[in-house]
Amino acid sequence: MSQETPLWEVFIRSKNGLEHRHCGSLHAEDAEMAMNNARDVYTRRNEGVSIWVVESTNITASSPESSGELFEPATDKVYRHPTFYELPDELKHM
Amino acid sequence: MSEAEIKSLEAQFDAKIARDEKIEPKDWMPEKYRKTHIRQISQHAHSEIVGMLPEGNWITRAPSFRRKVALLAKVQDEAGHGLYLYSACETLGITREQMYEDLHSGKAKYSSIFNYPTMTWADMGAIGWLVDGAAIINQVPLCSTSFGPYARAMVRVCKEESFHQRQGYEIMLSLCNGTEEQKEMAQDALNRWWWPSLMMLGPTDAASTHTEQSMKWKLKRKTNDELRQQFIDQTVPQAELLGLTIPDADLKWNDGKGSYDFGEINWDEFWQVVKGHGPMNKKRLDDRRNAWENGAWVREAASAYAAKQKDRKKEIAKAV
Repeated sequence: MSQETPLWEVFIRSKNGLEHRHCGSLHAEDAEMAMNNARDVYTRRNEGVSIWVVESTNITASSPESSGELFEPATDKVYRHPTFYELPDELKHM
Repeated sequence: MSEAEIKSLEAQFDAKIARDEKIEPKDWMPEKYRKTHIRQISQHAHSEIVGMLPEGNWITRAPSFRRKVALLAKVQDEAGHGLYLYSACETLGITREQMYEDLHSGKAKYSSIFNYPTMTWADMGAIGWLVDGAAIINQVPLCSTSFGPYARAMVRVCKEESFHQRQGYEIMLSLCNGTEEQKEMAQDALNRWWWPSLMMLGPTDAASTHTEQSMKWKLKRKTNDELRQQFIDQTVPQAELLGLTIPDADLKWNDGKGSYDFGEINWDEFWQVVKGHGPMNKKRLDDRRNAWENGAWVREAASAYAAKQKDRKKEIAKAV
């Protein structure tokens, strides 16, 4: 079997004013080919106005095992949310 | 990992699925979950890819430009759906190349329906109406399956596929409103595709070995027999609207259960086709293998070009 073709992640901005969102992946030899394929595979019905392609090996992902140390510290910091603060009902526009 | 540790991880895993939480590729999963998903998702992807072949047979002979662009768009969607599904499957740790190899060697299966020939233009109508109709019934519940990448791919597939069935039914409608000969053509297509479409929804619950586990993993939300009944109940009125007769003498409405009774399915034919003895099995696999082998030079050229461009960039960077 021949060598594997590199994997790319595809991000699409559906319209101006919105962020690019990950929509899937594909294989391509280089960025130009990835861009052409992304256009054919992911925007056949006007799904986007802009495409990013990123070679998957360039993405550093957190691992589920480190979810605890990464995300748990935020769960007990309720004072970061507006509802933590007790204010009188008569108070408006705050 | 000790057996006890695995047991505890499995219990957590099952609880997660029971709570309707999704499983993502890097999460821990039982080996059996991974293997079953690789088998089902790759099979699904192969079905999309092989599914292009019966319809490809008619692209150049579509009766009008309108029909041709619609059929082309449908076949292109199927290529896209195959790609979404291959990508989803790769997140489980199998390479694209391995999946192709498994298809070409006959190790991996694809839907048995694509091993029947497309003999007339009416077959394009019958496939869209019946085969895509059955596929949609199968696929809609998968949009909420437990494995995240599969569920996301299915949402996209289902959204795009709704036009496929409509274009097929429209073809049937035109033929049925046409000359006597055209109507006969439509009836003949229905006669040939009806039973294979029922088989496409899989063996009976009694004969299906994976159902229980797949239900637990939400890889299946309804049994094959339930899906088949749903398909029949929704399709019979559609055939009546066309003025066509479903080729089943035992088909009749059962007031008591609020659905149709239907005749015996020829499961021997189904298993023959699954085992490789359908009318088109050999041709389909030959076509896929040829496409792969004859495309080798393109892949090699693209790879050589990419390597050359990379080298050139490096040289320029060095010179600066």
